Amino acid sequence: MTPEEIRNAYLEELVTVAPDIDPLTVRDSDHLQDDLELDSMDVLNFVTALHDRLGVNIPEADYPLIATPALAVDYLSEMIALKKG
Amino acid sequence: MAVFRMPSLGSDMTSAKLSEWLVQPGDRVTRGDVVAVVETQKGAIEIEVFETGTVTELTATPGAELPVGAPLAVIAAEGEETGEKTGGETGAEAPDAPPVADRPVVDVQTLPQPQTGGIAASPAARVRAHDLGVDLARLRGSGPGGAIVLADVEGATSAPSPAPEQPRRSGLDFDEMRRAIAGAMSRANREIPHFYLSQTIDLTPASEFLTAHNADKPPAERLLIGALFLRAAVGAARAVPQLNGWYEEGFRAAETVNIGVAVALRGGGLVAPALIGAEAMDLAQTMAGMRDLVTRARAGRLRNSEMTQGTLTVSALGEIGAEAMAGVIFPPQVALLGIGAPQTRPWVVDGTVIPRQVVTVTLAADHRVADGRLAAKFLSEFETLVYCPERL
Repeated sequence: MTPEEIRNAYLEELVTVAPDIDPLTVRDSDHLQDDLELDSMDVLNFVTALHDRLGVNIPEADYPLIATPALAVDYLSEMIALKKG
Repeated sequence: MAVFRMPSLGSDMTSAKLSEWLVQPGDRVTRGDVVAVVETQKGAIEIEVFETGTVTELTATPGAELPVGAPLAVIAAEGEETGEKTGGETGAEAPDAPPVADRPVVDVQTLPQPQTGGIAASPAARVRAHDLGVDLARLRGSGPGGAIVLADVEGATSAPSPAPEQPRRSGLDFDEMRRAIAGAMSRANREIPHFYLSQTIDLTPASEFLTAHNADKPPAERLLIGALFLRAAVGAARAVPQLNGWYEEGFRAAETVNIGVAVALRGGGLVAPALIGAEAMDLAQTMAGMRDLVTRARAGRLRNSEMTQGTLTVSALGEIGAEAMAGVIFPPQVALLGIGAPQTRPWVVDGTVIPRQVVTVTLAADHRVADGRLAAKFLSEFETLVYCPERL
């Protein structure tokens, strides 16, 4: 997957969890909890959705690494590459 | 033949709009089946049937605004003649008075008395206005000095009221929901003599338990600390049954614990549906139940039993934010457990001060039902359970 595809997947699953978010207004530096106001249940549902969609099992300790779109694209690219390798 | 009626939808919701039937005449239904969807101030609610049998007639039409107690359908019990017409008995009949539990508990003595600058109204008019949901401020009084009397209130309800004619948006209407919250919370503050006890609890054992539990689990099987708190609240409610139930005309203890979960909705608003059967659930089931309840609350798809059968509510501020919350009890319940966001604080362990993650829980309780000793027992039991999460 290209970084652009990963970013799109991230935003699509984010909007499924929090339908009031307009994906066009989400900035790369927006934080899931601080800016987008996801609570712990939303974050868990989001991580579950990413797991189902991308096949990446994000452990709790790595939640900070997907906290913004910019961070998540780097982290998920690496995890998807590891999975293939 | 049983007449299936609009069930209670919570202590401050007196009517709802039928939006769709999920059954047809001739369908067999079993107690607990969802048979219809209604629109309320708190979003769409699925209505469960109380009888088992065959639907013979749908007496209410989608689109109609119906009070609690209004006939919706006729259900023939097993073995009964199903083709029989029920005649005019059900259709035109005035709705029965809702069961006592659905009526706002109003005591003339506790109602605000007319004050200078306030609205002058007779006590009987106030009670009637409260029962009918009439806003006294919108009435013109015909009594002495322009005071509102009973006839004015009853006159107001026979005139067409503009409120029910406004089409409710499907899904969640946050203005409507805010009005419902305002009604329930104003009533709680007016009628319930709240008192509060707080306790700060070391979360280290619970955090370690969760970290270990979640480490090798896929996201779908992970637990949140909120599930531990709910499970501990169930245990505490079982240990102190005097705080688990409803105050109507006196306190009635519940036979089980249906823990209420306050769910904040994105965009504003709050609902506190009950996790039905929470007492019998283990930790994983509690987590799954909480997840399902939050999802459906946010989608605006709760069931009427969930809106009315809560026995004690837990309201948690989540992971980030203020450290404590003294909440308002959800009537007719008699206690609400407010859980602050966990904080890192200096803590004394074995005579040494070390940083620890702690949480402050505050029990709001109804002084008509309980006193400090019982509330302290509840918090002590809650702390014990949070401290030994493997026992949850």
